[in-house]
Amino acid sequence: MSETTETYPTPGLEPPLITGNQTFHTVSDKICRIAERKVTRLWYVAISISGALTALLVVSIVYLFFTGIGIWGVNNPVGWGFAIINFVFWVGIGHAGTLISAILFLLRQRWRTSINRFAEAMTLMAVTCALIFPGIHVGRVWVVYFMFPVPNQMQVWPNFRSPLLWDVFAVGTYFLVSLLFWYTGLIPDLATMRDRAKTKIRKFVLGLFAVGWRGSNRQWKHYELAYLILAGISTPLVLSVHSVVSTDFAVSILPGWHSTIFPPYFVAGAIFSGFAMVMTLAVIVRKIFRLENFITIRHLETMNKIMLLTGMMVGYSYVIEFFMAWYSGNIYEAFTFITRATGPYAWAYWIMFCCNVIIPQIFWVRKWRRSIPVMFVASILINVGMWFERFVIVITSLANDFLPASWAYYKPTFWDISTLVGSFGLFFTLFLLFLRYIPLIAIAEVKGVLPQADPHYHKTSGTEETHAE
Amino acid sequence: MPNSGDKIYGILARFDGPQSLYHAAKKVRDAGYEKFDCHSPFPIHGMDEAMGLKRSPIGWIAGLLAILGGGGFFALQWWTSAVDYPLVISGKPYFSFQAFVPITFAGAVIGAAFAAVLGMLIINQLPRLHHPLFNSDKFNVSDDGFFVSIESDDRRFDREKVIAFLKSIGAEEVEVISQ
Repeated sequence: MSETTETYPTPGLEPPLITGNQTFHTVSDKICRIAERKVTRLWYVAISISGALTALLVVSIVYLFFTGIGIWGVNNPVGWGFAIINFVFWVGIGHAGTLISAILFLLRQRWRTSINRFAEAMTLMAVTCALIFPGIHVGRVWVVYFMFPVPNQMQVWPNFRSPLLWDVFAVGTYFLVSLLFWYTGLIPDLATMRDRAKTKIRKFVLGLFAVGWRGSNRQWKHYELAYLILAGISTPLVLSVHSVVSTDFAVSILPGWHSTIFPPYFVAGAIFSGFAMVMTLAVIVRKIFRLENFITIRHLETMNKIMLLTGMMVGYSYVIEFFMAWYSGNIYEAFTFITRATGPYAWAYWIMFCCNVIIPQIFWVRKWRRSIPVMFVASILINVGMWFERFVIVITSLANDFLPASWAYYKPTFWDISTLVGSFGLFFTLFLLFLRYIPLIAIAEVKGVLPQADPHYHKTSGTEETHAE
Repeated sequence: MPNSGDKIYGILARFDGPQSLYHAAKKVRDAGYEKFDCHSPFPIHGMDEAMGLKRSPIGWIAGLLAILGGGGFFALQWWTSAVDYPLVISGKPYFSFQAFVPITFAGAVIGAAFAAVLGMLIINQLPRLHHPLFNSDKFNVSDDGFFVSIESDDRRFDREKVIAFLKSIGAEEVEVISQ
């Protein structure tokens, strides 16, 4: 079914979530086959590139460990460089996955079933990339265990009043809960793959991970409630994790960071950038694996609407920051924001502003909201913009602080850039492995949203005798 | 199919879809069977009521572990900051509980998440390597099969009567499952 033939939905009638007259069997078959068929050359080419970039990440980290953080462009006063920018960027990416899997689940947004599996996978991979940076940026990596409450030879404990430590716990929790959520959702689908497996090894490995699932309703009962609880506790996580990340900045006294708008501003930005990344991946995955019937134009359009909304929240925050800088009467605050827009980093500020505030406005137009090339390019630009947002926040506030004598211009080195590029390599390597081995759409959930899955569904032929209660 | 003298697990009956499974579940329940189960590729809305099942206790387990997790993390922060090695940091009190809220919350979330997932697995007696139902070649529940199983240790179990009963409520296919 091509996009052009789809007409406006009938008013009052919900258009079908899954198109192409699927049966329960065709759903399992189409999705499982992606992870069962022989590896294509395209996949090998893709993983070679991303694998090479991952190797670059490893080399950068090894060199960093042997030499120290002097290989980066960090200086005095800009003590937080790419490591923190990348950390915040990657954590933010993850938030869309959790929003899709948790908040949209609680809101009974049934369209989420087509995209939640790979959005959740994306969360895990993005948080994996994010977790690398706090680990490597500490300078003395051999005492990295000081971040955790581990009894040690000095008998001193971490400072639990520090937002930096809250961060360790918030992001660590986020990773664990996302992993549990993702795996719980996978159990019935792994059982589907187990029952289709031909070779002994596949049967054994999939059987192990499917934990002996047999689709019994006495099990579904507990499963569904466990899933609901996971959704319920992940929902505050969507809001809390990036709020805690923002307190790394907001609790300091630096102009441009010391601001109460930071938590909601960071959360909106995180969801915004995360949806942009889901969109980039969804467009590629849908095209390569011909999943147009599962990820329909309606799914993509809905995501574009969410991007439009969160993009405007981000734009509102940019404007409010300026307003507060003026309204507070604080000269340092006012100076910081004027310098952001006109000073040495104005180029970064305006890249950020154009990509995050102006670009999403194209989604007001229905035709563009439903055009694959337009949304693909826009989603990439939004991610560029969101990376620059973190650059602007981290760098501009540090580079020009209270005392002009200590100002400096921050320039990234080769190793800064190689670590950033390498983290993308790791992200895509993990994602490609996921596509290769795991059903990328939640099979059981998609079956559950087909019209014939309703126990009170009437076949139009009228041969089935069902009684609505 | 096993001989009539063998120990059997129960009877498995195939139904043609969620609608007929739903109605079959009600009839099995009304006939007084207790050790029976319905199998479907996805959870069917209203099935718990049709089978007469009680609500899952997972919520209580998760709630309890959330309190324990949050309380544990809070206690850890209090003990390390105020008892074991008190340090004055930024002039704040040793027991500055406001600053302990984010990590307490993290502890509650971790407790609830692990309780929900592990509790679900334990109550469902999972993971397990095998189950008698997998002895059937036709048990394609993970694809598009809908089944009712009645276990042999049910009080009212009688092999021939159960087979006849399942056929009478619309089973397409009935199979005896060996232990």
